[in-house]
Amino acid sequence: MKIHEYQAKEIFRRFGVPTPRGEMVTTAEDARKVAQKLGVPVVVVKAQIHAGGRGKGGGVKLARSADEAAKLASKILGMNLITPQTCPGGRIVRRLLVEEGLDIKHELYLSVLVDRAVEAPVVLGSAAGGMEIEEVARENPAAILSETIGPAVGLQPYIARKLAFSLGLTAELAQAAVPFLQSLYRAFIETDASLAEINPLVVTDDGRLIALDAKMNFDDNALYRHNEEDPLEVEASNYKLNYIKLDGTVGCMVNGAGLAMATMDIIKLAGGAPANFLDVGGGASADQVKNAFKILTSDKEVRSVFINIFGGILRCDVLATGVVAAARELQLKLPVVVRMEGTNVEQGRQILRDSGLNFTIGENMKDGAEKAVRLAGGAR
Amino acid sequence: MSVLVNEMTRVIVQGVTGREGGFHASQMIAYGTKVVAGVTPGKGGTLHNDVPVFNTVAETVRATQANAAAIFVPPPFAADAMLEAIDAGLPLVVCITEGVPTLDMVRVAAALRGSRTRLIGPNCPGIISPGKCKIGIMPGQIHREGHVGVVSRSGTLTYEAVGQLTHLGIGQSTCIGIGGDPIIGTSFLDAMRLFNDDPDTHAIVMIGEIGGNAEQQAAEFIRGHVRKPVVGFIAGQTAPPGRRMGHAGAIISGGSGTAKEKYEVMAAAGIHCVQSPADIGQTLAAALSKSVAR
Repeated sequence: MKIHEYQAKEIFRRFGVPTPRGEMVTTAEDARKVAQKLGVPVVVVKAQIHAGGRGKGGGVKLARSADEAAKLASKILGMNLITPQTCPGGRIVRRLLVEEGLDIKHELYLSVLVDRAVEAPVVLGSAAGGMEIEEVARENPAAILSETIGPAVGLQPYIARKLAFSLGLTAELAQAAVPFLQSLYRAFIETDASLAEINPLVVTDDGRLIALDAKMNFDDNALYRHNEEDPLEVEASNYKLNYIKLDGTVGCMVNGAGLAMATMDIIKLAGGAPANFLDVGGGASADQVKNAFKILTSDKEVRSVFINIFGGILRCDVLATGVVAAARELQLKLPVVVRMEGTNVEQGRQILRDSGLNFTIGENMKDGAEKAVRLAGGAR
Repeated sequence: MSVLVNEMTRVIVQGVTGREGGFHASQMIAYGTKVVAGVTPGKGGTLHNDVPVFNTVAETVRATQANAAAIFVPPPFAADAMLEAIDAGLPLVVCITEGVPTLDMVRVAAALRGSRTRLIGPNCPGIISPGKCKIGIMPGQIHREGHVGVVSRSGTLTYEAVGQLTHLGIGQSTCIGIGGDPIIGTSFLDAMRLFNDDPDTHAIVMIGEIGGNAEQQAAEFIRGHVRKPVVGFIAGQTAPPGRRMGHAGAIISGGSGTAKEKYEVMAAAGIHCVQSPADIGQTLAAALSKSVAR
C-alpha cells in the first residue's frame, strides 16, 4: 500500500525523523494561510499524488510570498499531473503540501527496504541525492552503499556512522545521523513498511540533516496490525482485491497470481488482449467471487470473459456458485468462457449446467483462451 | 524415490481444528499421507476427525515421532507456528498460509539459519510425492507416480503443468510449490539441487514468475551442474512493467526481473523454454524422448 508524501512525513515526525515544517491543504486559501504561518522567505508548493517525478511534471513550485503560494496552489489543484511514473492519463491533484523552503548545501539518498536476497532489511545510501536510485544502480552501482540489518541486533549506531562517513559527511553530521537513522529504521519496522525512502535527504546550510522528501510503502500482509493508524486506514479499504486494469477486451478471472499471469500470456498468444489481471485468491467465498465478477464486467472495454480456475484450496463448486449468482444479478449479456479443473470440478460443472445460463466450456487453458478471444471479436 | 517426502513421512498439522486445516488434513489422510497428530494450543487431549490433538509441537513430536509439519494457522500466528516447529527440530515444515507479513518472515529466516529444518513456503500449495505422501492443498487426483520433478512459485499454475504431464501419461517424482512471497524457506536453487541429486528424478519442470532473480540463480546452477533435461516457463510475459514487481527490491539483486531477461538466462543455461503455458507437458515429453535417445 502507498501513502502520500505528507502522510509519510507525519509518520517520520512521530518517530523523530526531522522533516521541513509544513501542512497539507486542499484549497488555495489554506495554502496562503499556511505560507503566512510558516513566515519564511520561500515556501514550496508540492502536489500530492501517488507517483514520483512530480517536479518534472510541474507539480512542485517555489513561492516567494503567501500570495504567490495561493496563486500557484490554485493552478496546481485540480490539474492533471502527468509524470514518467503516472499512467499515461496522469493523476488529478487534489491535495498539496505547503512547506518551508530550506537552504540546501547538498543532497543525498537514503532508504530502508527488505532485500529478498539476504532475507533482511537493508539500508541503502548514495551521495547522488535527487537522482532516481534505479538510475544510479544502472549507471554506477558502486555508488550505492548498502548495510544489512540483522533482525535480532537491529540498527546499531556504528552502522549509521559507517554509512555517514562513507557518504562523506562531517564528524558532526555523522553524529546526527545516528538518531536520524535509528528513528527511520524504527518507523520502518513498527509500521511494517516495505519501503521508507528519502530522496533527497538534505544537509542544510546551518548543518542539519532533513528529510526533504518522504516516501513510504507498506506490506499489505501486515495491514491488520495497523488498523488504528489513520494514513494506513484511509487507503486500506479495498486492498483485498488483486485487480489490475489493462487495455484489452478479454476480461479474466483466475485463481492464483501465477496462473492469472499465464492466462494473460496465453490470451495474447491466441491473438487477443487481456482486459485485466484478476486473482480471486485462495480462500475466496462465493460472495467474493461475485464481487470480483462485478468489477471485471464493469469495465466497458470487456467483450468476453474468460474464467480459468484450477481448484485447489478454492473449490470449483464455490466458484461456480459465485459466477452464477453474479451473472443472474447483473443480467449479463457478455459471452463467458469457463475452464475448470481440480477440487470438486464435477460439482462445479453441474452448477453451471443447472443454471440454465449460456456458458461456453473451455476444454483446457488453450481452448478456453482461443474461444474467449474469438467471442471478443478476435484480434484487435 | 522422491525428494523430501515419501511413505516414511509422519506429518503433524498445526491449526488442525481450523476450517482449512481440518478440511485439508482429511484430504491428506484420504490421499494416504500419514497424518499422525494435530496441534492447536488449548485443545490438547481431544480428537479432531479422529486425529489426536496436542497443545504444543514439542509435545506432539515426542509422542508421535513426527518428522514433518503442515501449517494452516492464520497469518497473524503463522510466524510463531513456524518458529515453534523449527524449535522442535522438525526436519521438514510446510507453511501453506497466505499473507504472512514480510518482517515476520525476516525473523523466521534468521531462525532457519543453523537449524536442522527445511521450510517450504509460506504462501504455497505444499509438496507431494505422488502415491506416497501429500502435504498441502493440491488436488491429489491430478498427479501420477513417475520421474519428473516439478518446482514452481505459483500454486494453480503448478496444477496446470502437472495436469498436462499426467494427461500425457508422464508421472512425477515430487512436486514442490515453493510459494510466491518475497522471503521463502526453499528457493528454486534449493529445489534444483534436491532434484539433481535424486536418481529417480529424470527431468525437471521449473515454473517461474516475473520479479526477483531466483530463476536466474537456478539457471546458473543448471548450466554448471544439471545434466537432466529442464523445461522452464515464466508467467507474466505480458504483465505491464512496474505494476507488480518489487520497486527498489529488484535493484540490489542487480536486475529488473522481466520475463524476457529470465528467458534469456534460462535459454543460455540450456533450459527448454516454453512460451505458452499450454505447451509445458508436450515440451517436457519431447525433451525426455530426446534425452533417452541420446
